[in-house]
Amino acid sequence: MTTVQIVLGAAALLVALWLVVLIVLDRLPGDPVFGALVVLEVGVLVQLVIGLARVFGDHADVNTAAYLGYLVGALLVLPIGFVWSAGERTRSGTAVLLVAVVVLPFLSLRLHDLWSVR
Amino acid sequence: MSTPAPSTRTGFGRVLVFVYGVFAVAATARALVQLATDASIAPVAYSLSLFSGLVYIAATWALGSDRRRLAMATILVELTGVLVVGTLSHPDDIDKASVWSDYGNGYGFVPLVLPFVGLWWLFRLGRADRGSAGPA
Repeated sequence: MTTVQIVLGAAALLVALWLVVLIVLDRLPGDPVFGALVVLEVGVLVQLVIGLARVFGDHADVNTAAYLGYLVGALLVLPIGFVWSAGERTRSGTAVLLVAVVVLPFLSLRLHDLWSVR
Repeated sequence: MSTPAPSTRTGFGRVLVFVYGVFAVAATARALVQLATDASIAPVAYSLSLFSGLVYIAATWALGSDRRRLAMATILVELTGVLVVGTLSHPDDIDKASVWSDYGNGYGFVPLVLPFVGLWWLFRLGRADRGSAGPA
């Protein structure tokens, strides 16, 4: 795992925990949560830039198509989850955000797995 | 805040549609990459992978548009798929895997749990509709 991915994963888990607390307390997320989501998305962007530099650099057996797919997929999860959750301003909407945030570390793990066969 | 009429995509359904959407993208993209890069390794497994992706797409669309019969049908296909593929697949065949292989072990067994949650949600909505008052 790259440092960015470890930090991103830890941050995603913290935000996930935060969302769980909001769901349990039946409170809606406000600007602090949305700010945290933006920070996460910036982390995903950094992961994308590093990943692109890697893919177009020197590597032997990495599955480029799959690697690019996970990079782009990770970029889209939060924005789509955010838009989808906005249509439901209840616990369930918050849970959509939770799912989107939890997916991120798994995508990073897959990226790591794909890269480590190099 | 007004409560919308109960449908497969409101309330808990909001979460369910999103999870199905994630799996629709994951399974389909995985299959397309598998088929595009080296289809010859395991054409059957990869085709199955693509089939699972199409099932998830259909289920996502059905749940997202409140088409309950279609949702029920696709979720039953999904349940059959994960049980059959899960039983027949070998955990060692990592290169030939689909989302349903080894009961979805590679995806935290979510593919095994998801159809049961989907069926529960559809039955719950059906019961709520039959009650004249509906859910509060």
